[in-house]
Amino acid sequence: MNDEPLVRWDWIARNWDNGGPSAIKTLLESHVVMALLPVVFGLLIALPLGVACARWRWLYQPTAGLMNVVYSLPSLVLFSIFLSVTGLTQSTVIIPLTFFTLAVLIPAVVDGLGSVPEHVRQSAVAMGFRPLRRLLQVELPVAVPVVLGGLRVATVSSISLVSVGALIGQGGLGNLFIDGWQRQFYTPIVVGIVLIVLLAVLSDGLLVLAQRLLTPWSRARRRTA
Amino acid sequence: MITFEGVTKRYPDGTVAVDDLSLQAPTGAITVFVGPSGCGKTTSLRMINRMIDATSGRILLDDQDVRAIDPPTLRRGIGYVIQQAGLFPHRKIVDNVATVPYLLGWDKRKARARAMELLELVGLDSRLAGRYPFQLSGGQQQRVGVARALAADPPVLLMDEPFSAVDPIVRASLQEELLHLQSELHKTIVFVTHDIDEAIKLGDTVAVLRVGGHLAQMAGPATLLSEPADDFVREFLGKDRGIRRLSFVPAKGVRLGSAPADLVVDDDTRPLGWRSNGGLLPYGIFDPERDSLRAALDAALLSPNGTAIAVDGDGHVIGVATRDALDEVLRRHATGPDEQARESDGEVPVTDPRRAES
Repeated sequence: MNDEPLVRWDWIARNWDNGGPSAIKTLLESHVVMALLPVVFGLLIALPLGVACARWRWLYQPTAGLMNVVYSLPSLVLFSIFLSVTGLTQSTVIIPLTFFTLAVLIPAVVDGLGSVPEHVRQSAVAMGFRPLRRLLQVELPVAVPVVLGGLRVATVSSISLVSVGALIGQGGLGNLFIDGWQRQFYTPIVVGIVLIVLLAVLSDGLLVLAQRLLTPWSRARRRTA
Repeated sequence: MITFEGVTKRYPDGTVAVDDLSLQAPTGAITVFVGPSGCGKTTSLRMINRMIDATSGRILLDDQDVRAIDPPTLRRGIGYVIQQAGLFPHRKIVDNVATVPYLLGWDKRKARARAMELLELVGLDSRLAGRYPFQLSGGQQQRVGVARALAADPPVLLMDEPFSAVDPIVRASLQEELLHLQSELHKTIVFVTHDIDEAIKLGDTVAVLRVGGHLAQMAGPATLLSEPADDFVREFLGKDRGIRRLSFVPAKGVRLGSAPADLVVDDDTRPLGWRSNGGLLPYGIFDPERDSLRAALDAALLSPNGTAIAVDGDGHVIGVATRDALDEVLRRHATGPDEQARESDGEVPVTDPRRAES
């Protein structure tokens, strides 16, 4: 092993797209799906739930408490629990990760709505906005920077957490780690780490770009503040 | 006309914010609610557009009880300006101004065209239209707030301490601007402030409220200054009531004499100063057509010889008012405060920016 190089490029070349279920490309694709679907689902659930929590404050503490309990569970435990329900499928990873995402996104939506200045809300009421339109056209748009901040955290942590799913055989690029440890062969491990980091950096970059495009008013405000 | 009929606002904890308030805010005039914090002035204002609902009593807009109108519909017909402007940070200035037209379903092009008109009306450069609120100064934001309130041309405008968050110089110019706009638009305005000077400057009628939501006095500013109803109002009005009241007496009645020889003027008959051995001494001017007696008196005090120089609108000397001449008018107003005050209440307050604060 001593004369073994850290990265064997020939192994990468052979396994990038070997047609089998362990091809790096296939693992990368399933990693992306399992990491990003929870974020999408999480956002879709967190928006109405967060709005409800902001509207009826008594709802927020129990919801946040429940989400924090879920968040504090080791991901492996959650995966094991869902293993008995959904079996060895991607859902076993996607569903728990959706809960993790919710734990980040619900507070982000609530805080985002809380970041809307009271005088802005009041003037929207005074101009004659009805509640739904006020929410959609004033409160949620003004909450976007805070929500996007939460979305960035959720996305990156989801990308990282998918790898744990490898322990139940659904880990995307995480499978490369198992493979590497079992064979004391470092190339797959390095490939896995590099690809996960790249994926995280790329997703985060896209979200930052989205934030700049969606909220030109907020970027400029921070610059002058 | 906005009519309060025995309006009371009592909160569940028993606090009475407004107590049996009855008053009328006449159409086309500025009615100011003024008083210390806790006097219920903002609560009273917000009951008009139902941001707050009264516990008992009625508020009529013309002849209609506001409680009979669906709140969003009611509010779209009433302009509203608040202290921090309350602009939407995520919308460009032009779209902020067009808010109510959008709500009323105008098409975008028409709404924006209307918004551009209003920006011009409130004295804002059209280049600001594409900016976001944070890129504007406090005074500019406040102008946008006024433009937004006027966008759908509502007959009624509610203003809740709109100018109290800006510095005194900007505040003074916004006040002038409001009076100027009002002289063209004739809106029914209810204006809330804690600043009695602002109330006196802007109000056609001033309602002084005391803590607990009681109406202490409602009168024109000149009457208020000359005949405060009780100690509370007197104290609230502060010092210099006598002098301040003169702001509401036009200087037109001052007898003018011809310019004496020691008044030095330039080729265009604009004043340069009073001749003396050492050179020119300082002087004060007033415009009898536009200024108040207070400005004339001030002009006299600025001249070492006690003579105020009267000028026309272009600054040409048209005569002088000696202290005797000013005294005559002052004595007239001192002996007959009641009639004089009532007489001048009907007039637009004298608000020449050059000397209003001198």
